[in-house]
Amino acid sequence: MATDQATDDRFEGFSSDDKLARKRLYGKLFVGICFLATISGVVALGALIADLIIESWGWLSWNFLTYPPSPSEFHYTDGRGAGIYPALVGSIFLIALTAVFTVFLGVGAAIYLEEYAADNYATRFIEANISNLAGVPSIVYGLLGLALFVRAGGLGSVLIAGALTLTLLILPIVIVSAQEAIRAVPDSQRRAAYGVGATEWEVTRDVVLPSALPGIMTGTILALARAIGETAPLIMVGAAVSVFNPPAGLFEPFAAMPMQIFEWASQPAGEFQHIAAAGSVVLLTVMLIMNLMAILIRNKYETEL
Amino acid sequence: MSTTDITADAVSDRQSRIARVVFFSCALVTVLTTFGIIAVLVTGAIPFFREVSIIEFFTSTTWSPLKEPNSFGIWPLIWGTMMIVVGSAVIALPIGVLTAIYLSEYASSRVRRILKPTLEILAGVPTIVYGFFAISFITPQIQRVFPQTGTFNAAAGAIVVAIMILPMVSSLSEDAMSAVPDHLRQAGYGLGATKLEVSTKIVVPAALSGILASFILAISRAIGETMAVTLAAGMNPNITVNALEEIQTMTAYMVKVGQGDVSVGSIGYQSLFAVGLVLFVMTLAMNIASQWIRLRYREEYD
Repeated sequence: MATDQATDDRFEGFSSDDKLARKRLYGKLFVGICFLATISGVVALGALIADLIIESWGWLSWNFLTYPPSPSEFHYTDGRGAGIYPALVGSIFLIALTAVFTVFLGVGAAIYLEEYAADNYATRFIEANISNLAGVPSIVYGLLGLALFVRAGGLGSVLIAGALTLTLLILPIVIVSAQEAIRAVPDSQRRAAYGVGATEWEVTRDVVLPSALPGIMTGTILALARAIGETAPLIMVGAAVSVFNPPAGLFEPFAAMPMQIFEWASQPAGEFQHIAAAGSVVLLTVMLIMNLMAILIRNKYETEL
Repeated sequence: MSTTDITADAVSDRQSRIARVVFFSCALVTVLTTFGIIAVLVTGAIPFFREVSIIEFFTSTTWSPLKEPNSFGIWPLIWGTMMIVVGSAVIALPIGVLTAIYLSEYASSRVRRILKPTLEILAGVPTIVYGFFAISFITPQIQRVFPQTGTFNAAAGAIVVAIMILPMVSSLSEDAMSAVPDHLRQAGYGLGATKLEVSTKIVVPAALSGILASFILAISRAIGETMAVTLAAGMNPNITVNALEEIQTMTAYMVKVGQGDVSVGSIGYQSLFAVGLVLFVMTLAMNIASQWIRLRYREEYD
């Protein structure tokens, strides 16, 4: 009986010290390899941070934050240097405007899907479509913005065109996180409100939205923190790279930090590498502040509930 | 019921109807976005394919759209994208799965609570910063080993994209492995399996659909990656197997055209949409495949 023979062999092999020792060794080797793999990601993060600090050391100054970008190397020698001011303010305006559009559209869509929509084919199509949109490359959204807002809409390469493009880009993420926040509101609260005669709209406005608000805010701020680092859509929309003032209005040209960093990083001269690094540090700091805000909001309301 | 009650009811009734329409319109924006993307890409690409035959587009091996003599074969761009995708996948997929195995099977919960969010920071770094990291750190390191390496090279692009997609693979795969119920592991130990055997022969196969879905999402992300590969890998449409040479991906070409002030109706502007359409179809196919695998091969445990 071949099978019995095989089982016997395996059993004998297993009991022998030699094989057991080898299995232990393989086990240890495997843990070692897995651990090394895990550490390699951490090392990459460390190298990234170290590289940015070393390259930007001495270049990140108050002047850098308050001066316009320098068009030529000449300006570095007179002590003023180049600055990120118009791009920093431009990015903040851009994100503030994006926030207004995304909160309105994202929360509206999430309320519709969670509170109003029937569980039918159309709803499932909308939800599947949202998850597909989240996988579309950001540069394709840039093409949409270019054709729709900049050209067909006749807006030109202005602040509001950039904000609308970024809105469409992060809308899927905002909707999904807002849906989660709304789903977390207990059904008993809704039923209690319906029980005292509230309409669908009153339940949404007075019961669901107030409870879901911290969750919605957290998700939206995290999505906006991602949007502020997006470069490719802004290139397609045509954000400016040599602007010396912050945007003066919604329909004015604008500079943004990631565009400015791209412009500096593409310059061959060595000095530009340092200001590209300094710009990256400013961008990451703004993102870090936004993430901290989101965490603070979450922690504050999690403990209160 | 008094008349005031009736009017109050009518008012709140109307409010409810308006609210429903407004919220539905918000949800409709997402559907319109998809149709908008498809419409913009197709209507932009149609004039391009009037000038350039589809056969030339998919068979010619020279991409030179803005310089005379013009040539519109997209293969050099697809090849450039594929070099980045294959290179980054070879690095990131194994490391990502091994990381996921370590975090899910071996790490103590305290170590996992520190390592997982640390790795996820990598997913939040903007791609432009990765691009800068590639040219200021990775390329010089490659040049130290291979002095003939150019300022722009495919290897640096592939490495930096691998770092970007690593947290996606490790995080999603770890989620899939953590979802494997403990009684499967205990059954393995009961049969005398070692921890190595339980991890590789029970947990990984049971979580395979989630792991494969994470692979495809990561590859889709690598296809659409723009800024890091533009800065690191360069602007030279080039079919080569030498990773130390400069190449151009589809996305990098789009950046190049987008940076210049290309006038509407010019062949350069039109080519933008043709390349964008190819890019969109490729990523869409990957995303649909990922969802299909997750649903089709999901192991359900109670």
